[in-house]
Order: sequence, then structure tokens, then C-alpha cells
Amino acid sequence: MIATKKQGKGASSAARAALWHLLMVALAIVPLLPFIWMVSTSLKVESQVFTVPPQWIPRPARWANYPDALSSFPFLRYTANTLVICLISVVGTTLSCSLVAYGFSRIQWRGRDTFFIVMLATLMLPAQATMLPVFLLFRWLHWIGTIKPLTVPAFFGSAFFIFLLRQFFLTIPQELSDAARIDGCSELGIFSRVILPLARPALATVALFTFIGGWLDYLGPLIYLHDESQYTLALGLQAFLGRHGAEWNLLMAASTVVTVPLLVVFFLAQGTFVKGIALTGIKG
Amino acid sequence: MTRPERRKVAQGLGFISPWLIGFLIFTAYPVAASLYYSLTDYRILRPPHWVGLANYATLLTGDEYFWRYAVANTAFMFLELPASVVMGVSLAMLLNRKLRGMSLYRTLFYLPSVVPTVAASMLWLWVLNPQYGLANGMLEKLHAAPLGWLTDPRWSKPSFIIMDLWGVGGGMVIYLAALQGVPEHLYEAALLDGASPWARFRNVTLPMISPVVFYNVVLGVIGTFQYFTQTYIMTRGGPELSTLFYALYLFQNAFEYFRMGYACAMAWVLFVITLGATLVVFRSSAKWVYYESGERG
Repeated sequence: MIATKKQGKGASSAARAALWHLLMVALAIVPLLPFIWMVSTSLKVESQVFTVPPQWIPRPARWANYPDALSSFPFLRYTANTLVICLISVVGTTLSCSLVAYGFSRIQWRGRDTFFIVMLATLMLPAQATMLPVFLLFRWLHWIGTIKPLTVPAFFGSAFFIFLLRQFFLTIPQELSDAARIDGCSELGIFSRVILPLARPALATVALFTFIGGWLDYLGPLIYLHDESQYTLALGLQAFLGRHGAEWNLLMAASTVVTVPLLVVFFLAQGTFVKGIALTGIKG
Repeated sequence: MTRPERRKVAQGLGFISPWLIGFLIFTAYPVAASLYYSLTDYRILRPPHWVGLANYATLLTGDEYFWRYAVANTAFMFLELPASVVMGVSLAMLLNRKLRGMSLYRTLFYLPSVVPTVAASMLWLWVLNPQYGLANGMLEKLHAAPLGWLTDPRWSKPSFIIMDLWGVGGGMVIYLAALQGVPEHLYEAALLDGASPWARFRNVTLPMISPVVFYNVVLGVIGTFQYFTQTYIMTRGGPELSTLFYALYLFQNAFEYFRMGYACAMAWVLFVITLGATLVVFRSSAKWVYYESGERG
């Protein structure tokens, strides 16, 4: 979009900016409202939770819900466990997926399209179809009860992200590669010195999604982690929900604590998208 | 093949080798195993017992639910997909302006995607609660009749679509990254030619982001057929089975009735259905997807 048409006259451009802010705030209420309720519920006493009309600012605010919620499960340990799994997955996924996406987009080779269609076909496989044999495979490897089933597969690429990166790599003009080839650059050199720097916003997107996916993953840890000392936050949240039944206020307090770090990570990382104009490298 | 061609193939295979190895271990083998199970009567406790195509025959001719859910799920897809593409692209266009504090707005719209599924499901159970929920509270303010939402078979599917649109920020991020990649000079050229905002969108923005729209449409087709967690947590298929989508029925067969062989057969039929739907999208893509580097497909 043309964001910076012309620097209009001071007053009218300020008025326009104000209008935009107004529109944005009005629209942002939609995603925000249920979230506000989550935070507000996290500060209520049990009996205030379902009042009609909803009480948005609980009086008095029960801040003790937070220590109560966090002390009812090993919060710090689960956070550390979650971080380890997320970080290994992020490294493995971005590395393997960008390599594979390069092979699927920037080199012309016979058989490429066949392999690509096979890879797309794997996207359509219902997870339930492979869940049981995969579990048996990991059991045979004695990986159950370790974080290996949750991290090692990341190094073998994920069809979703390979597809995403391929789509981005295809938007980079072929001439850039050709020029590097003429300069005697190897494919690996073109990959690391030409394509990767240009695709930084796309890579950040993959890293971010992998991190968020790992942070929120419930099914994987549920199946593969059996020792409570290895549990992740998402799993801890569930165990907590089960044990405390209908204690909505504590559940919402714990959920708020699990959600906020992701918001911070997203807030910090989205700047990379803004700098993404560098993605094309063909300005002008 | 000539020597340079062979070299290209070796290079290509080298780059895709992480995926290729992973594919053989984590996909090809499990797929073969589940294909075998789909031809057996396998109830977990006893070893699988060969029944040939009996599971498939039962599914396609003897299971009254199968067709109902396949059709209901397809209808859901046709409602959900256009809504999420239009909303996702519009939102990304809005958030692609240069405005102070934009990163904050982007974060706000992305917020629903980072709320843990359990918490999000509980939130929406409250919002859509017929007695004390926010949705009916708002309808009341507008002097409209309250709705049953998730408890009304006619409104249960739209309820899920509203929930998914709440989370449209996830797709928005991908569109946003694509919009950032559209070179400014194309817009400058269009402006010089006196193109209207709509013409700029239609002839510059849309073609340039079409590979990413294509990506989201393909994943959307696949995703709606595997729609599971929300229905599992929130409705368990009800009311009157109106949200018992295909994947949920499959899960019930596998982990509640322990008909593993039957469930594997269901997974295979689901695979064929999604493959067919995706091929249709792919066939059409030559007409509307544009790649700057001159690649096709």
C-alpha cells in the first residue's frame, strides 16, 4: 500500500492520522474484548465470574489469584522445559526448512516437481492417520519420556513451512542468483549469502510460528512426556484445569501468564516484518 | 541426462535431503503401517486381524453418519474459507499502513492466536453462553432476539466461524509479510498512470500476494477437513450432531470406540477427499497465481 503518499500539509495529515487511529481502536476492540474478560476474570473472586452484565473492572481486584494460580503447579520448571523445547525446535525448523525450500524453488532439476507434489500431499495426511505408528516408532527407539520426539523431527523440515518459504523464495528475482553464479558462487553460497538475507522476514515468520506452536502445543507433550518434572506450560495449564475443576478465575490467571510472554515476543519480532521491504532487494 | 543436468539433480536432492529423510521415517513408514491397519479389524487390545476392504465398504455404504459429516464439513469449508481470506487480506492491508503505534495494533489483532486453545475455548463458551454471555448481551442492547449459538444446531457452525474469524490474525501475519514484499516502485508506476486505489489493489497488490493467498487457501482446505480441537473441547459434536465434523468422528472411532482399523480407513478416505479438493485449487492456480520469478505452479 502507499503509506507515505506525499507529506501532506501538517494539519490535514494529522487529522487523517487521528481518523486512522480511531478506526484502528474501534476494530481492535473485537480481538481485545474476550482477552480483557480473561484478564478481568483472573482478578475476580469466584462469585463475581458470571455476573450479568459482565463486571469489567473487578472490585476489589483479587491479585492473590496470580500467586495462588502459579503456586498450584511448578511454574518456573514448566517454563524452562517449554523454552528448551521451543528453542531447539526453532533452530531445527528454520535451518532445515530454508534448505529444503531452496532446493524446491531456486534450482531447476529434473524430478523436483514430483518431490514437491509428494511433499504437498503429506500436508493433506490427517495427523490421526500417522499418530499411532509414529508413537510405536518412538517407543521402539526408547524416546518416550524424553523431549526427543518433540524436538528431533524439527531438523527434518516441516511441509507447512517449506511450502511457505518456497512461496517467498519464488518472489526473489532469478537474476540475483544468476549474477552470483556468474561470480562463481556455489549453490550453498547463494543460499546463505543471497537468498537467506533477503528472506529474513519470512524466516522470522517461520521462527515465530514455530516458537508459538511449541509454546502452545498440548497434544505432543501429552503423548510423549510422562514424568511431571518434564511437563510444559500448556500441559501444566490443563492439569491445573482438571485439578481445580470450575475455578475459572485461577485458570484465567494462569492463562494470562502463559499468554503474555508470547504477546511480548510477537510485539518485538513483528518489527522484522516492518523492515521486510528489504525482502525484495529490487527497489527501484 | 547430461552431466550438468545430473549435477543439478544431485544439488537439488542435497538441499531437500533433510525433508526426504524425515519423510521416509516420519511419514512414509507410518502411512504404510496405517494403510495396513485400515485393512484389518484392529481393536488395540488384540492384534490386527485381516479383513480386506470391509472397513471401506462399511464406511461408504453402511455408515449413515459418514456422508452426513463429509457433506456438513464441505459446507463448513465453503463458508469458512472465503470469509477468512477476505478478512485476513483486508486486515493485513489496514495494518500495512505507516502509522505511529502500528506495531501495537498488529499485536492486538494477533493476540487471539497466542491464547492457549483451552483458555480460548473457555472464553468463547462464555461469550456464546445463551444466558449470561457477551454475544446475547450485545444483541439485547440492539433489541434483537437472543440466539442459542452453540446450543442451537442452526447456529453452531456460524458460531465456530465467528470464533475462527476472531483468530484471523494468524493468517493476517502471513498476508502482511507478503504485502511488505511488494516493491514500492510498482505502486509509484501505477500512481503515475493515474490508477485508482481499487485498480492498484486489483492489478498490483493482488497479483503480487497471490502466491500467499494460494498458500492460505490450500492450507485452509486441509485445515477445515481436520477441524478438531474446538469441536472436541466445546461441543463434543453437538447439538444434534451438527458439529460432529469428520475429524471428530474419526477420533471417536479411534480413541473412544477403539476401532483403530476403521479409524485408519476413515483417515485414508479423508486423505483422498482433501487431495481431490486441493488438486482442484492447484488446477485453478495457473489462472490466478502470479510468480515474479517466472516460475509456475
